[in-house]
Amino acid sequence: MIEPAVKVENLVKRYPTAVAVDGISFTVRRGVTAALLGGNGAGKTTTLSILLGLLLPTGGRVRVFGEDMLRHRYRVLPRMNFSSPFVDLPHRLTVRQNLLIYARLYGLPRRRERIESLADDLQISAFLERPAGKLSAGQKTRVALAKALLNEPELLLLDEPTASLDPDTGDWVRGYLEAYRARTGATILMASHNMSEVERLCSEVMMMKAGRIVDRGSPQALIDRYGRTNLEEVFLHIARGPRTVLEPVQ
Amino acid sequence: MSRDTGFSAGRVWAMLLRYLYLLRSSWPRTLELLYWPTLQMLIWGFMSQFLYVNSSYVFRAFGVLLAAVMLWDVLFRGQLGLSMSFLEEMWARNLGHLFVTPLRPYEWVLSLLTMSLIRVLLGIVPAALLAIPLYHYSIFSLGLPLVAFFAVLLVMGWALGMAICGLILRQGLGAEGLAWTVVFTISPISAVYYPVSILPGWLQHAAWALPSTYVFEGMRAVLFSGIFRTDYFFAAVALDIVYLALGAAIFLIAFHDARRRGALLQMGE
Repeated sequence: MIEPAVKVENLVKRYPTAVAVDGISFTVRRGVTAALLGGNGAGKTTTLSILLGLLLPTGGRVRVFGEDMLRHRYRVLPRMNFSSPFVDLPHRLTVRQNLLIYARLYGLPRRRERIESLADDLQISAFLERPAGKLSAGQKTRVALAKALLNEPELLLLDEPTASLDPDTGDWVRGYLEAYRARTGATILMASHNMSEVERLCSEVMMMKAGRIVDRGSPQALIDRYGRTNLEEVFLHIARGPRTVLEPVQ
Repeated sequence: MSRDTGFSAGRVWAMLLRYLYLLRSSWPRTLELLYWPTLQMLIWGFMSQFLYVNSSYVFRAFGVLLAAVMLWDVLFRGQLGLSMSFLEEMWARNLGHLFVTPLRPYEWVLSLLTMSLIRVLLGIVPAALLAIPLYHYSIFSLGLPLVAFFAVLLVMGWALGMAICGLILRQGLGAEGLAWTVVFTISPISAVYYPVSILPGWLQHAAWALPSTYVFEGMRAVLFSGIFRTDYFFAAVALDIVYLALGAAIFLIAFHDARRRGALLQMGE
């Protein structure tokens, strides 16, 4: 049996003054695009950070491609990558230098060809020699995406992939991600509160609130279940609803 | 099936390349590396010339102060070189990107140590060469003991640097001032410019717990008597091993703690 790309069981992250993730469980099948959807402080970024091995959970299990992330994360990190507009690449290095270093960290062969090819794809060739700190928000996002795709990851984790982008650039990024998944069969898991993005890209959505998964399903299934016309209305219903009616769905 | 590739020299080289790119990208920073050791050498060189005719201590060996100031810089630059490369990652908020790659913490540390060695050599060697025409004094005349002194002080600098980086990881960038200040707290008891016997008795015990004290006492033994004190050398090496193990432990514990607290993603300016 093929292991799912991600399997999370009873994941808990507790800080001294707050519970960021409160016993969530979910599975992401290989080759799909899934989303953790929720408002600020819902636990989306915390969950992604644990999946990446950047944050240790208080309890629970995380398996990526069947490997225990707490014990064997170095076995799967070469097959994963991550992009977030909230984590910059070093500003003083040029885009090419940054990409070259990450290509080496992933141990890629033919690094220069890979960078040139990605630069063509993501239309960043014109500013490969520019310091990363001197790029616009849209350029930074494309460069961050180039970094995240250097090792052609089988699992791509994205934190708010189109935050602070204009609609045109945002649409371009979404199109690129769709094409990437279709071409490589990769799995994409994103944290977002951009409803139209999630509706367009994702076949599975996990709605999070206060560290818990309060509902899940395809975007259309969620819209139908709540009798709404779009995912944004579902989101608002859940976000503004009383906590007591939002027990995790088993 | 996934595979754990273990240690990779390629990843260490990748990180080293990053710090070399950074060094190359800013000529004022490169100049600063040369500036302070050279300035120190000039001040202490002229001071030595003055004291040579006015002090029996310096008269016994002209280079005693110059050698001390240059060797002290090995310790200071060794620690600062490591801490600065570490701080570059903090300022760039880059830890979140680095540690989702297969880079191991110890591979990162190896690149920091190598960069520290490069920074020390870039700073000290020009100053040492400049002292030859200016004062007709060559620190290289210490011979092989110089290699031993250099190695002991560099490793002690690494140990301090790792401990300081661990504290900054724990406390955040508010503690970055430690990178510039901690080493100076041990300067008075390292007997850099004067013999350890000058210190009060109770402070001498603390002084002999530092590898640097053995180096500076050993340096004076070479300069005044032409003797390399192997007992001092082995004591310094033993202490270095203890300090290095402590520094590495503090760093790795702080790194693990940063993963527990989620600080790797948040750390930065």
